[in-house]
Amino acid sequence: MNTRSETLFVETPLVRRKLRQEKVAKWIFFGMAVAMIVPLLLILGYLIERAAPSLSLSFLIDVPVNGMKEGGIWSALVGTIYLVFISLAVSAPIGILAAVYLNEYARDTWFNRIINLAVINLAGVPSIVHALFGLGAFVYAAKFGFSVIAASLTLAIMTLPVIIASTREALASVPQSFREACWNVGATRWQAIKAIVLPNSISGILTGIILQVSRAAGETAPIMFTGAVYFKAVSKGDVFAYGLNDQCMALSMHLYTISTQVPGVKESIPFATAVVLLGLVLLVNAAAITLRVYLRSRKKW
Amino acid sequence: MNSTDTSKPAAYSFAVREARRPGWAVWGERGLQVLIYLCGISAIVFVLSIFVFVFKEAAPVLFGGKFSLTEFLFSTEWYPTSESNKRYGVLAMIVGTFSVTALAMVIAVPFGLGAAIYISEFCGTKVKETLKIIIELLAAIPSVVWGFIGLTVLSKLIVQFTGAPVGVNILNGGLILALMSVPIIVSIGEDALKAVPDSYREAGIALGTTRWQLVRRVLLPAAKNGLLAAVLLGVGRGVGETMAVLMCTGHAVHIPHSILDSVRTLTANIAAELGEAPVGSDHYRVLFLTGVLLFTITFAVNLTADLIVRGIRRK
Repeated sequence: MNTRSETLFVETPLVRRKLRQEKVAKWIFFGMAVAMIVPLLLILGYLIERAAPSLSLSFLIDVPVNGMKEGGIWSALVGTIYLVFISLAVSAPIGILAAVYLNEYARDTWFNRIINLAVINLAGVPSIVHALFGLGAFVYAAKFGFSVIAASLTLAIMTLPVIIASTREALASVPQSFREACWNVGATRWQAIKAIVLPNSISGILTGIILQVSRAAGETAPIMFTGAVYFKAVSKGDVFAYGLNDQCMALSMHLYTISTQVPGVKESIPFATAVVLLGLVLLVNAAAITLRVYLRSRKKW
Repeated sequence: MNSTDTSKPAAYSFAVREARRPGWAVWGERGLQVLIYLCGISAIVFVLSIFVFVFKEAAPVLFGGKFSLTEFLFSTEWYPTSESNKRYGVLAMIVGTFSVTALAMVIAVPFGLGAAIYISEFCGTKVKETLKIIIELLAAIPSVVWGFIGLTVLSKLIVQFTGAPVGVNILNGGLILALMSVPIIVSIGEDALKAVPDSYREAGIALGTTRWQLVRRVLLPAAKNGLLAAVLLGVGRGVGETMAVLMCTGHAVHIPHSILDSVRTLTANIAAELGEAPVGSDHYRVLFLTGVLLFTITFAVNLTADLIVRGIRRK
């Protein structure tokens, strides 16, 4: 017969069942996590394979020709760059200062809770409703017409929550003791923010800005009715293709147009456009992630 | 700073020197604080002005007399360009929106929460960081690219495997929308699981639970509000998504009978018809009214999710 202490640590059927269940559960959850990633990789591979005949440098700098059935995507690429940078110029200062207010100045009052709620809701408003707002407010009420500026402002408001959220997170990660040390040597609130809080959270703020770029580059619905058009004649390689009051083409809109509105497009062109857009967005995001990981590894506290 | 002031005794002068900054610095800082405050409240201003501007465009038809809100909400007859009898009923679109979103959630919720549980509880730090980065990239894919994938890749697969006459239908839109909303569900769900105090886990492990028992008996009940919020935000994303469903669901304005039917969603309806509706016409205003409806739905969903999350934090 076993002594008591030996039987205590022997696997009973109950323990075996529990460990078996554990193993099964682990594999199921692992499968679910993988199931999210594998389709993505397959699709990515498929897109690149189909796009291969058109992917080249000249595809990037050529303009669409022959009713957009052939040629490149230069006009759309430049349009996207315009939209992204003008919207960034508007939303970055407002977003960063808003985050500074929310994190550094605001106390926990009902009014500031409403501001938080507004930020969350701004992020949740459907993109097509942003388009309606842009149409009503910027195109008609502010009389910008269908233009780069109207589309950029619509994009800026839409992407504002992205910047606010990541800047806030960055500011919140600066330890409170840093601020207290500043105040103790007589710094005002703003001096403390300028000298200590902002420099220590610059990486997070940059990440937010980069994410805004990727978001703005990919959006279609908000610019569809405020400034982006199916086609606009631009000369090849022209960097200053659009004025503020011109209508413009955009990469996301161009992908929508050539895949649904124009019959008889050369088969690989929509795929190549999708790959360029996807590559652009993923590259920008990867840059944000790399920056974040690098700067986090150098963090002094 | 007033360092050349000689009216005070020399022994005093460095000890009690007035720490006064130049006037421009003081006023500049005050001005800056006002600016920061204005930026702070800008979010409220924008949300309100979105509602006001969209509502303002819709108001004339809403209060114009001829228009009935019940017909708008409960009629399936959408004939905005009819010559003799224009009818604006969006029920078919509402059903379309909710059928696509519901299918997407049926797929995305188990997978999203499963992945969140795996990331939060079952894997090591390295795998965890990698998976989180992949999810972040997944969330960054533009909706028009998802729409393109649905239109070109998925629709062919659907025709091939189900024998449906057209590949752009509820199934296609639902699958694409599921892939799009999984990242949100995973990241919010993971946050919710992370918010469960470690002492709960330690207590469980001390009693000899396996990790699966811990998840099922302790973590899921403790994090259920946060997980519910994750699902709600996924729903909000699904209802508001435009480009992907515009390209993937086909354009049939009718009540669907199976998941292989084509439908049109509220968002796709606006995107498809706004360009053609003459500015200021009833059709144009009804599209803005649809925007008000969408705004209201997503506002309610987000508000609920936020209240749930806030409830957790208060505990």
